[in-house]
Amino acid sequence: MARVIVDVMLKPEILDPQGRAVQGALGRLGLTGVADVRQGKQFIVDVDGTLEGDRLALMERLAGELLSNPVIEDFTMRIEQ
Amino acid sequence: MTDTVQHAIDDPDHPQPYAELGLKPDEYARIREILGRRPTSSELAMYSVMWSEHCSYKSSKVHLRQFGEKKPETAALMVGIGENAGVVDIGDGWAVTFKVESHNHPSYVEPYQGAATGVGGIVRDIMSMGARPIAVMDPLRFGPLDAPDTKRVLPGVIAGVGGYGNCLGLPNIGGEVVFDETYLGNPLVNALCIGAMRHEDLHLASASGVGNLVVLYGARTGGDGIGGVSVLASETFDADGPAKRPSVQVGDPFMEKLLIEATLEVLHSGLVEGIQDLGGAGISCATSELASNGEGGMHVWLDRVLLRDASLSPEEILMSESQERMCAIVRPENLDAFMSLCRRWDVEAVVIGEVTDSGRLTVDWHGERIVDVPPRTVAHEGPVYERPYHRPSWQDALQAATPDTLPRPSTPDALRATLLDLVGAPNLASKSWVTSQYDRYVLGNTVLAQPEDSGMVRVDEVTGRGVAVSTDCNGRFAKLDPYAGAQLALAESYRNVAATGAEPLAVTNCLNFGSPEDPEVMWQFAEAARGLADGCLELGIPVTGGNVSFYNQTGDVAILPTPVVGVLGVIDNVERRTPMAWGSDGGVLYLLGDTRDEFGGSEWAHHVHRHLGGLPPRVDLPRERALGEVLISGSRSGLLAAAHDVSDGGVGQALVEMALRADSGARISIPVGVDPFVLLFSESAGRAVVVVAQGDEARLAEICTEHGLPMARIGDAMPQERTLQFDGLFAVSIDELRTVHEATLPAVLDA
Amino acid sequence: MRVGVVTFPGTLDDRDAARAVRLAGGEPVALWHGDDDLRGVDAVVLPGGFSYGDYLRCGAISRFAPVMTSLVPAAQGGLPVLGICNGFQILCESHLLPGALTRNGSLHFVCRDQRLRIENTGTAWTRDFVSGQEIVIPLKNGEGCFVADDATLDEIEREGRVIARYLDVNPNGSRRDIAGISNARGNVVGLMPHPEHAVDPLTGPTADGLPFFTSVLTALVDAS
Repeated sequence: MARVIVDVMLKPEILDPQGRAVQGALGRLGLTGVADVRQGKQFIVDVDGTLEGDRLALMERLAGELLSNPVIEDFTMRIEQ
Repeated sequence: MTDTVQHAIDDPDHPQPYAELGLKPDEYARIREILGRRPTSSELAMYSVMWSEHCSYKSSKVHLRQFGEKKPETAALMVGIGENAGVVDIGDGWAVTFKVESHNHPSYVEPYQGAATGVGGIVRDIMSMGARPIAVMDPLRFGPLDAPDTKRVLPGVIAGVGGYGNCLGLPNIGGEVVFDETYLGNPLVNALCIGAMRHEDLHLASASGVGNLVVLYGARTGGDGIGGVSVLASETFDADGPAKRPSVQVGDPFMEKLLIEATLEVLHSGLVEGIQDLGGAGISCATSELASNGEGGMHVWLDRVLLRDASLSPEEILMSESQERMCAIVRPENLDAFMSLCRRWDVEAVVIGEVTDSGRLTVDWHGERIVDVPPRTVAHEGPVYERPYHRPSWQDALQAATPDTLPRPSTPDALRATLLDLVGAPNLASKSWVTSQYDRYVLGNTVLAQPEDSGMVRVDEVTGRGVAVSTDCNGRFAKLDPYAGAQLALAESYRNVAATGAEPLAVTNCLNFGSPEDPEVMWQFAEAARGLADGCLELGIPVTGGNVSFYNQTGDVAILPTPVVGVLGVIDNVERRTPMAWGSDGGVLYLLGDTRDEFGGSEWAHHVHRHLGGLPPRVDLPRERALGEVLISGSRSGLLAAAHDVSDGGVGQALVEMALRADSGARISIPVGVDPFVLLFSESAGRAVVVVAQGDEARLAEICTEHGLPMARIGDAMPQERTLQFDGLFAVSIDELRTVHEATLPAVLDA
Repeated sequence: MRVGVVTFPGTLDDRDAARAVRLAGGEPVALWHGDDDLRGVDAVVLPGGFSYGDYLRCGAISRFAPVMTSLVPAAQGGLPVLGICNGFQILCESHLLPGALTRNGSLHFVCRDQRLRIENTGTAWTRDFVSGQEIVIPLKNGEGCFVADDATLDEIEREGRVIARYLDVNPNGSRRDIAGISNARGNVVGLMPHPEHAVDPLTGPTADGLPFFTSVLTALVDAS
């Protein structure tokens, strides 16, 4: 079994109104000095066997095409085998 | 170890946590008597939930009977009380089903999901009648607008109603948003759905045809809503058991959209004999109700249910309230086609049982019998309470504390200031902060939506036939006099439907009250039910179904008795609907009906003086009928250019709403001898403001005389001007009115 | 003229789009997401709704549907395609149009009658408008904020590919008040507001949306 973890965040220049809303809420709940909050997504993909070669390349491509939108998002991917 | 029927026989004195499940000792004893042994833990779970107040209506049944006993005879009623929703014939082979339900307590706990799953549940009820859902409405009640908890609850509820309804593709065509301190801690989220079908599509929830299959389809079953039932699983759970049993249900509107399409296709393809949605009490409810209504027997293989969570015990599976699930009765020869249609829509389906003639509902878990009960005892023969009730000790004092001595504005400046104050009061202010979060256009058949008097949708694109629905309730009136208050809610809803030109046909209701264990609350309920039943008989429109929500109270303080009434009407062609305001042609304004000095429970007394006392406005149902007839015939003949119901806030509020809708002015003359304060702010019932063309005034006079309806000319629309002018008193610009009217909710909710 | 209207799981405004095509004088053809056959239609509408529940990202899953495997090359070859709301989102996710649609700045879903200015009347879908024409059609979305980097925005503007712009109120925070754009060729148009809900004053605020549908029919007639 291999576990692929893909973290997706909006590119820095894209407005993140959800992050901003969270920032406001943190402040109202007493956490002072919050400089910024960005909200993203994490995908946990459990696959049979190991992930290598073509299969790994496909996963990476899907991370960049399906799981994230390259126009507005960046992603990082790590694997636990 | 599973608690099987055999085990129950072998171990009769096993202690069972029936009290924790909400059953009384005599109810537990009755179950033992019905079965001739102790119940298994699965049976105990089924009875406890199905016999709960929410599912069995045990405290309200004796009073709700009146809706059937006093039912007016109408040709239009096709399905009355007792089914998932009532159905009325609207002509041309079309039938419409509608119902309102509550999801109050879950919305306090988790506003978004509580509201969302409330919408989901009522939509499935409508679908289970064989109808395509065509619109939703949401009567909502919250604590004071500026209370901190309202800021927590309201936005979540609105987002949930919108999030779920918009994703399903159902236009939201109306509703209410009311604020009162008794709803703080007890918000009321009532959800209404309207569905349309051809007569031949009508399906009832029954399981008939021995050998027919019971198919569960839709979302997988998980631990949603189990909450307290998990105490039964205590014998079998491991260390992480109860923490995984949330009491909140989470909705997936996308799945429900797929469910709507799949269900309609299997219905229209003739692949289904009976259909039932899974709501409160999930599989227990669906199977026991289907079995009760059909041949009387059903066998279920519970281990075939598709699970989201493999660790669920059979008790939990039976009680799960996972959303977006339906149950269909399918002939064996139709099964392949049914499954194939479900696959096309990516909807999972599995056969979980079959119809039998055993007269019993039996459930097996991996080959062991865990349930063997007579289904009617579960679904229909639950306990019936005759709860004691008496008039509250404070009722006389409340009624004696009339608003007559409250200081009234008498100068023109004071009247002007009062009008502006009320126009911006939370209960009278613009609700577009709320309604702009709802899609009103989807399906392309919405002809009228808020702020018009009723929501109207076209049902037949060729003929233009359509329906109009309004929901109303003034809880303050109901507190002053629950019998009258219920009738006033009915009258207002009836009036709102007639104002748009539709003919009222049927009634639904959502009766929201405090604890039935409090005899004073129970009295309010009994009186309201009696008032509504009597009112429906007098107006000639039957109650087709509805919902009761009890226990809306915090400690000793109950909510205002809130019998929400929904009236549905039919219009032969939506093109002739009457809008609420004048157009560029303007016209002459008339006030129809009688205005009396009636301020008990009024918005003026509440908002300006924080006063609630006296009697509500007088109820005159024959007058409401007469007014309705004038409004409807005025629509049919094209006599009325516009019509607007007069209710909360009185004539002043009605005129402001018309002017803002028209976005132009009017010149109003208070009739001679009439007290301006009374004319502007009294909340007498049985009234409407209408607009007719200058040349049509004699026709209006004629039809009013014919119906014994008083009329008074009160002014002229001024489509070229932007001032609402009250002759000899004051003037206020449309822009100022709009600013005040639209600022209230955003100022608090966007802060 | 046959105009395909695609239904994905969760599509909501397909019937309205079909109705608009019919009212404009065309023949609507229902296209199923799971079928890569475009059935020889002359143009395609990707309607509004919540395909796949807007899960993952709006339009992100629909973009990989079998129908899109035929539609993308057809669009690249000149087939007129109109993406409305969710359809616009699908066109951006497919990279048939630049930029992306994100969450409304207010974080609320908004349904309102929106004033727009039509700025490019050279596309297949906007020919029947007059340049600069102001119209009112419904807008209803929660993820309607159009974004793209400055270079892309400058290019779209420079090439006159903004086909509609919000007036009076920017309801979702879209950059440069952009309500709709086209591809370079002018056959693919994405529009956030809903013209199909403004084809009949009985059920919509105006009939200002109808020209979107008549335009493509005249464009097709001219082309044939």
